[in-house]
Amino acid sequence: MQSRALEVLVGFFVCLGVAAIFVLTFRVASSDTVSGGKNNYQVTAKFDTIGNLSSGASVKIAGVRIGRVRGISIDPTTFQAVATLEISGDHANIPEDSTAKILTAGLLGEQYVGLEPGGDDKSLKQGDEIKFTQSAFVLENLIGQFLTSMTQKDSTPKSAQGSTQNQNTATPPAPAPKSK
Amino acid sequence: MKAITEFLRGLGEATFFLFAVLAALPGALLRPRLLVQQLYMIGMLSLIIIAISGSFIGMVLALQGYRTLATFGAASSLGLVVAFSVIRELGPVVTALLYAGRAGSSLAAEIGLMKATDQLSAMEMMAVDPIKRVIAPRFLAGVIAMPLLASIFALMAIGVAGGHLIGVELLGVDVVSYWNQIKSSLHPQDIFESLIKSLVFGVAVNWIALYQGYFAAPTSEGVSRATTSTVVVSSLAILALDFVLTAFMFR
Repeated sequence: MQSRALEVLVGFFVCLGVAAIFVLTFRVASSDTVSGGKNNYQVTAKFDTIGNLSSGASVKIAGVRIGRVRGISIDPTTFQAVATLEISGDHANIPEDSTAKILTAGLLGEQYVGLEPGGDDKSLKQGDEIKFTQSAFVLENLIGQFLTSMTQKDSTPKSAQGSTQNQNTATPPAPAPKSK
Repeated sequence: MKAITEFLRGLGEATFFLFAVLAALPGALLRPRLLVQQLYMIGMLSLIIIAISGSFIGMVLALQGYRTLATFGAASSLGLVVAFSVIRELGPVVTALLYAGRAGSSLAAEIGLMKATDQLSAMEMMAVDPIKRVIAPRFLAGVIAMPLLASIFALMAIGVAGGHLIGVELLGVDVVSYWNQIKSSLHPQDIFESLIKSLVFGVAVNWIALYQGYFAAPTSEGVSRATTSTVVVSSLAILALDFVLTAFMFR
């Protein structure tokens, strides 16, 4: 109907429009609003155990997401887990003595790092390490502690037998077999 | 290189075609008899396949959903699963795919045959604009029919003969909890978004079908190629648009 060149041009513009919509869709669909910011800074935190924490998990203060876990590695000397946290540049005044805890979102949710602010005047900067940490919650250890405290309460009157009994029952039951 | 220019040229031609059809739409509204005739051909005659597919999809969803939910003790949430899957995704998408296969291909074949038998050029010689007389009523009828068909699909899948029949009668889910769950969790917002999806799909499928028919090569091979291209391109467009719309609507 129209001249051939005009049709090719219009088709080209339609292609560009469709490509732009797809790029926009990918931006909108991805929930990563923190990565790529110019003022983001990275800090590290050492934990005895990180449980199910994985790279990409959220870093939250008071439940509000302020960053992401970028990397997880092991300290070669102390064999503690080292998590690298990337925090958004909008929150550059987190006190240096804040505590990092590994918490679970909901009952069966994924794990995330929660920061509880301390009271120091100095703020965390690029490359700092969060000194106060609390490791992830391991169910088997808690059950073991619970059973140990239960049996200790039962066997306090009989002191001679009690000590051997305690030794036998002090070992927590073996954790459930890993393979299913 | 030549294939790319050809492809871009086709895209541009289709865009100009869409502008012409949209410009002719107000005139089509003034010819209700043509519109009603097309609504019958496109909408009414597609009703059987849409209704039956809706029932079967609802039944399958109920069976599969029940098995998985029962392991969590959440079998009474079956209504929720069926309603959400159908209203958000399966309703608009499956309806559009079936519509493209049935009504889209029939539209393309009809218009393509009109072109091959010179009916469209005869109309032009009589100073009747074929776009106003033939294409615009079909486009409008298709765009009106799509959301209606998608709603009938959802109705059959969730209630009547689909999820309700299998869940309540066969599997023993409580009828009151089935419907109460749907009533409390499904918001008008979800239904509105589902209608928007089927409207967008309707515009896309009808545009592709009418374009393929109108610009088909005037041979029997050309008509057959137009029909196949309609179904293939429509299906791809529906799935791509579904991704884009879902990303924007359900965040």
